[in-house]
Amino acid sequence: MSSKRTLFEKIWNAHLVAQPSGRSPIIYIDLHLVHEVTSPQAFEGLRVSGRKLRQPSRTVATVDHNIPTEPRGTPIIDLIAAKQIAALQANCKEFGVRLFDMDSPDQGIVHVIGPELGLTQPGMTIVCGDSHTSTHGAFGALAFGIGTSEVEHVMATQCLAQQTPKTMKIDVRGRLEEGVTAKDLALGIIGQIGTDGATGHVIEYAGSAVRALSMEGRMTLCNMSIEAGARAGMVAPDETTFAYVKGKRFAPSGIEWEKAVERWRCLPSEEGATFDKVVEMDAAQLSPFVTWGTNPGMVAPVTGRVPDTSGLKESDRHSTELALQYMGLEPGKRIEDIGIDRVFIGSCTNSRIEDLRAAARVARGHHVSGNVRAMVVPGSQRVKHAAEQEGLHQIFLDAGFEWRESGCSMCLGMNPDILQPGERCASTSNRNFEGRQGRGGRTHLVSPMMAAAAAIAGHFTDIRNWKFQ
Amino acid sequence: MKPFRTHRGRVAPLDRVNIDTDQIIPKQFLKRIERTGFGEFLFHDWRFSAEGKKDAGFVLDEPRYKGASILVAGKNFGCGSSREHAIWALADFGFRAVISSSFADIFANNGTKNGFLTVLLRENEAADVMRRAREIEDYQLTIDLERCEVRDDQGFRANFPIDEFVRHCMLEGLDDIGLTLQHEPEIAAYESLHPVPSALQPSKP
Repeated sequence: MSSKRTLFEKIWNAHLVAQPSGRSPIIYIDLHLVHEVTSPQAFEGLRVSGRKLRQPSRTVATVDHNIPTEPRGTPIIDLIAAKQIAALQANCKEFGVRLFDMDSPDQGIVHVIGPELGLTQPGMTIVCGDSHTSTHGAFGALAFGIGTSEVEHVMATQCLAQQTPKTMKIDVRGRLEEGVTAKDLALGIIGQIGTDGATGHVIEYAGSAVRALSMEGRMTLCNMSIEAGARAGMVAPDETTFAYVKGKRFAPSGIEWEKAVERWRCLPSEEGATFDKVVEMDAAQLSPFVTWGTNPGMVAPVTGRVPDTSGLKESDRHSTELALQYMGLEPGKRIEDIGIDRVFIGSCTNSRIEDLRAAARVARGHHVSGNVRAMVVPGSQRVKHAAEQEGLHQIFLDAGFEWRESGCSMCLGMNPDILQPGERCASTSNRNFEGRQGRGGRTHLVSPMMAAAAAIAGHFTDIRNWKFQ
Repeated sequence: MKPFRTHRGRVAPLDRVNIDTDQIIPKQFLKRIERTGFGEFLFHDWRFSAEGKKDAGFVLDEPRYKGASILVAGKNFGCGSSREHAIWALADFGFRAVISSSFADIFANNGTKNGFLTVLLRENEAADVMRRAREIEDYQLTIDLERCEVRDDQGFRANFPIDEFVRHCMLEGLDDIGLTLQHEPEIAAYESLHPVPSALQPSKP
């Protein structure tokens, strides 16, 4: 065991509360994010056992998963969804939890508002009953998704008993070509290591291509860690991180800020620290990617083709054939020849201001193809407001995109935003599982620029050849 | 939590890899605020047509697998969303365990909190169980958590790895929260050294 420590090890060790012999270590949780779908049974569990919420002020809630994205104030027609939202409101009141409700200017997708409110900070442990909690690792925090039983556990104890995960370093050298984004990097990694390539591991993304990413890009990258099976993903904090956090509502200020930055500078992995697994990649080899199948590892460059199943070994052929059958695609079809019906720009992966700027830059001066319905769903009310200040909404509206209220929306289709059976969608979200965006719907994962370009062209097209207006 | 010691039951084969929790329990059924009642929606979109009719072909609905309490499936079972509803649906349907050659972390973790066992076998062993479940009528397996062993009446026998503490909790049906609260003094000591940051204090609405 090396005495040089990784970013993960430093955070883990700093949060160890107890290490009972023969048991999993108990770690302290600095921030617990809560939403309406995975929390009601946990609150109920506290009530049934007569337990209190140990640290209400380290617990922050919002509504995002099943809320409509029609203008706020429109009644929620789905009564079961409305009941779930009402349950969260009542639970937050009863247990004293800060809630950014439907009508709050700070409402948004839980993984968008954490960072933009400065709740997410380097060195923290952060959990949420949502697998995309890995997003917050972009700040050099240890952030991971948990199930509802563990949500209740954190509520009652502010701790979790966790087996120590393994570590994995993904070192991306070189730089990404213009038009190749953090989303493409994420898809490229999953395509290479597979959807279970990082199971049991915490990934640290490193290398010049990762360093060059903005905070939004790092969030996109860390967000998709779970799609490679990782427990969490993280990027060491640096000047880019500090500049993003500074001045945010819940960030430290004054002398506290100076002290915090000093601490955060000690977090990065030390030279010579060892990882259980190391993957090396060359950023220059990556292109804009499009998924063709029913998991995020089924991916091809936009210039490529849907795989030809004849050359595959038996076990892969079976799953590939099932995927192509569901997706309604013939083996060997050119990706750029795949026509689409719908476009979704949004989700905790790609709904931040920089994502919307990138999509708007593509959309400016163009119009959505006649047979395509395209929607833009900002990740939060703050993102929506900022985009409107910059006039991005007008670019989208002029180009024929719908401009909606913030929420998870068609990433998982728990609200009324869903695909119809057989509809094909270019989506900036994170999962292309069967039925994810609506039963029988066919999802292709892409970057915001690639999604906007597909909306206009009516089919996938290489953004590197785009005529920007 | 219901203890898991030894379980014997019928095995149903689901020969697909990367079965994600969206397939196990589709999102339209996540709006319930209870832990119960998810069983009828298990694998819903694979079992029922868009009109709500039962599709003939799905394996769990074949009469020979009726009452199965052990599922054997391809690798990376339970990937995707963290929804514990996936475990609740499997358990509510009547399953006590899933056998596979790999599991997604959060899914496996959620299982242990519900007395639901994820049995990790080697790829060739899991494939063997899959084949036997298809070929042998009323194929039964015994999962013995005391000995970390899976066996059938036809001579199959395999050991599976499990974290010792997880095994202990499952054998005894121990309440995780109660165990952690035994460390109240350590938690309190940690909190006195790491107070809640002022920005998070409740005075700020």
